[in-house]
Amino acid sequence: MTFATNIKNPRTSIQFLAGLTWPAVSLILILLIISLVSSLFGTDLIQLAVIEMLIMVVVVVGLYMFIGNSGIVSFGHPVFMLLGAYCTAWLTLPVPFKHMNLPGLPFFLAGHQYNVFLAAITSGGFASVFAGVTGIVLMRLSGLAASMAIFCVLAVVHMVYANWDAVTLGRSSIVGLTTYVNVWVAFGWAAVAIAAAYTYQSSHFGLALRATREDEVAAKASGIHIMGQRMVAFVLSAFFVGVGGTLYGHYLGAISVDTFYITMVFTTLAMLVVGGMRSLSGAVIGVIVVSVFVELLRELENGINLGGIALTIPTYGQELGLALLVILTLLFRPNGLMGDKELRWPLGIGMKRRLRIREREEE
Amino acid sequence: MSPIIQHVIDAVSLGGIYALAALGIGLIFGIMGLINFAHGDFFMIGAYAIFLMSGRPVFIVAATTLVVVILLALSTDRFVFRPLRGAGGATGLIASFGLAYLLENIILMIFGGRPKAVDFGHGLVESVTIGSVRISQLDIFTITTTAVLLIGLTLFLRKTRYGTEMRAAASDFRMARLLGIRANRVVAMAFALSGALAAAVSVLLVVQTGAVSPHMGLIPVLFAFVATIMGGMGSLLGAALGGFILGFGSVGLQIVLPHDLVPYRDAFLFALVVIIYALFPGGLMRGRQGGERV
Repeated sequence: MTFATNIKNPRTSIQFLAGLTWPAVSLILILLIISLVSSLFGTDLIQLAVIEMLIMVVVVVGLYMFIGNSGIVSFGHPVFMLLGAYCTAWLTLPVPFKHMNLPGLPFFLAGHQYNVFLAAITSGGFASVFAGVTGIVLMRLSGLAASMAIFCVLAVVHMVYANWDAVTLGRSSIVGLTTYVNVWVAFGWAAVAIAAAYTYQSSHFGLALRATREDEVAAKASGIHIMGQRMVAFVLSAFFVGVGGTLYGHYLGAISVDTFYITMVFTTLAMLVVGGMRSLSGAVIGVIVVSVFVELLRELENGINLGGIALTIPTYGQELGLALLVILTLLFRPNGLMGDKELRWPLGIGMKRRLRIREREEE
Repeated sequence: MSPIIQHVIDAVSLGGIYALAALGIGLIFGIMGLINFAHGDFFMIGAYAIFLMSGRPVFIVAATTLVVVILLALSTDRFVFRPLRGAGGATGLIASFGLAYLLENIILMIFGGRPKAVDFGHGLVESVTIGSVRISQLDIFTITTTAVLLIGLTLFLRKTRYGTEMRAAASDFRMARLLGIRANRVVAMAFALSGALAAAVSVLLVVQTGAVSPHMGLIPVLFAFVATIMGGMGSLLGAALGGFILGFGSVGLQIVLPHDLVPYRDAFLFALVVIIYALFPGGLMRGRQGGERV
């Protein structure tokens, strides 16, 4: 009914559309500005930091699609990064390298070198398929049990990849991935991830899953298939986290199993918690804030000069600072910076006023 | 006959450590509904306490470790978990994860990442022969410690006033408070007990491996989680049972698996657990997560 009043007047209907898409558009614009500024004026180091941040946006937005909508805190999503990164390595490394170092690969991987973009999609798809299969068991569980079980899956895959020398080189790094990920590739994927996450959370599926997050019993009674809805989010989020993993691999140029373990679990969760894990804006802003914070600490670890006073913090100060940030956020702002809110269209008439106008018209 | 006995002893000794670790987690979960990820770092910090004290008489080392870990557990409760009480399980889980990361990096900052050798309890390496079975003193030590602690814990929970309070709080925290049980005291007690169990685990781990490292807590705590989950979160008997099942599972897989697959032993174990969990969503012994009542 609110819609109807808006459509009468074409100007308000544009306002309405802008208001509807604004949360996603504004986030993409923020990232666009950061990317533009860094590629025009930034030093190499800053550009690298921005690329890493944009990749983390892809990962954390992927993570958010599941955690934010289902309310289940996953401790194992880096498993999809791991799967994605190794998958793209199998697809895109030069054939001689694969013959020499990865003798266990099947012929269609060993004998060909595929396009990096197709590889990213395939790797994301591979992560999705894995999520679909493990999800049959995992999505039955609720709450903390699910959190721990997903973590077990990460531990299992980590262990398998760390020992399966013939296709993963075991604990050694695989080097020589083409480093094609520049600011714009990373930005493009971040924008796609944000758009997808926003479309999903506004869709029938997203809303149904959010209902199960608020009250499982009531949602079930309203005819929502809890496991099915969770599965949709899990598979979708696995795709983007998987793609994030491939981008990370092609950004570093080298991958190892330990890149995608406890530290990655903690970093990604920290970003989501600081921003607020119940909102897409929270996910993106969390990544930006935490990235800047960590980058500053990293600078401090190397030592900076403040007007003649050299300031240095000990090694591991960066990890320590991040851990403190997370604990303090939980203690003093448990819903993160954004809480439940998305960024709002600043020029439109507010919801309250719109309701008041409608009431007046009805009178 | 004797190889079987040998394996059973290995399994009991390994399972005992897992059971102690799982009980430490189960105690807290039963009362607060909190999965304490930092429990593994209690082992680790206890181990570093042993490292710092090594060379002194065994009794003093053990006592110091006990005090250090209990104090650590109590202060995590006071400064992190008490303010977060009532904030929901997920928040607590993330906070404990943050805490684990914090503790680990403090140790990394002070001692660096390399494992350090500890000279503690090396006399236990020798073994004794009973009939045709050779038992290492280490296994005897581990099994005795576990047995004493398990019996002690049971007696404490069944026979003392505080134990009864804790059991009451575990079965219904709100009701227990209404009946005049002090929430802060019961929870602090649970953390102290959990810390004491963790201290015992760190002694056993150091004696077995002879080294300390900042990441040493991770694998044991993973096993402990798995054991607690398998036993049914919140059921202490279930947690202990889960620990022993894991011990027998690991030793069993070690024997049964073909040589190439032995490195994947833990992967098989965890996968098995996920399947058990899918079959019995409430765990083997149904604990407090038995579905929300409306």
